[in-house]
Amino acid sequence: MSRKASAAAAKLTEAAPVFAALGDATRLGVVVRLCNDGPLSISHLSDGSKVTRQAITKHLHALAEAGLVRDTRRGRERIWNLEPRGLEPARRCLDQISEQWNVAIDRLRSLVERES
Amino acid sequence: MENTDRIEKKVTLRASRSRVWRAITDAKEFGEWFRVKLEGPFAEGTTVRGKVTYPGYEHLNFEMVVERIEPERYFAYRWHPYAIDPKVDYSSEPTTLVEFRLAEAEGGILLTIVESGFDRIPLARRAEAFRMNAEGWTEQTKNIDRYVSQG
Repeated sequence: MSRKASAAAAKLTEAAPVFAALGDATRLGVVVRLCNDGPLSISHLSDGSKVTRQAITKHLHALAEAGLVRDTRRGRERIWNLEPRGLEPARRCLDQISEQWNVAIDRLRSLVERES
Repeated sequence: MENTDRIEKKVTLRASRSRVWRAITDAKEFGEWFRVKLEGPFAEGTTVRGKVTYPGYEHLNFEMVVERIEPERYFAYRWHPYAIDPKVDYSSEPTTLVEFRLAEAEGGILLTIVESGFDRIPLARRAEAFRMNAEGWTEQTKNIDRYVSQG
């Protein structure tokens, strides 16, 4: 296996937990909330939400584990914020598809330019 | 943040318009560079099925729905971009749209390829696909290396 190949595989493996963390509607909602209105406390996040405070807390910890959010302590409260760098691996997956297109286009080029 | 919904590629091909058009819309020629063996010709509104011929992915079925054909100018189809599990029926899931546009350019034809609709593909599906695909990718990247070094 070339070093380049194992690096590509490692990148995809790295992205999987991010997608898994975002693959839940409530968690995605939390990320969107933090993106628009963050940083927020858990009580702010559960305000007006059908989901309980406990459930929100659990989701925040899952997101933190995937490197998507982090918390800081403010007095007795924990304030949650987005970790934008956490979304990087997910973005790179699109880069991989983009790379597949590049390779396909190279083959297309040699096909059509062969005869001219 | 960058656009996550679409991929756009532009390339100038040193060939005639009719040559480029044939390479894209003749199912056999399309299959040659896209690495898929298709069963039927492309016609608007039809579903064309086939088998992936990419080394390491031969177990996969390929399916595309031809959206529009404007001779020598525009060709578009839809497909399931992350359909890599042969046991899963993807037919009810959202598709991405792949569009090819041909325009005159100096010394050849400017081909623009746009694949869009990624934002509608469930993230959970992408996660699963990538997890399953991590091993396959190692293999595929090796194939790419081999292809490129052949020139």
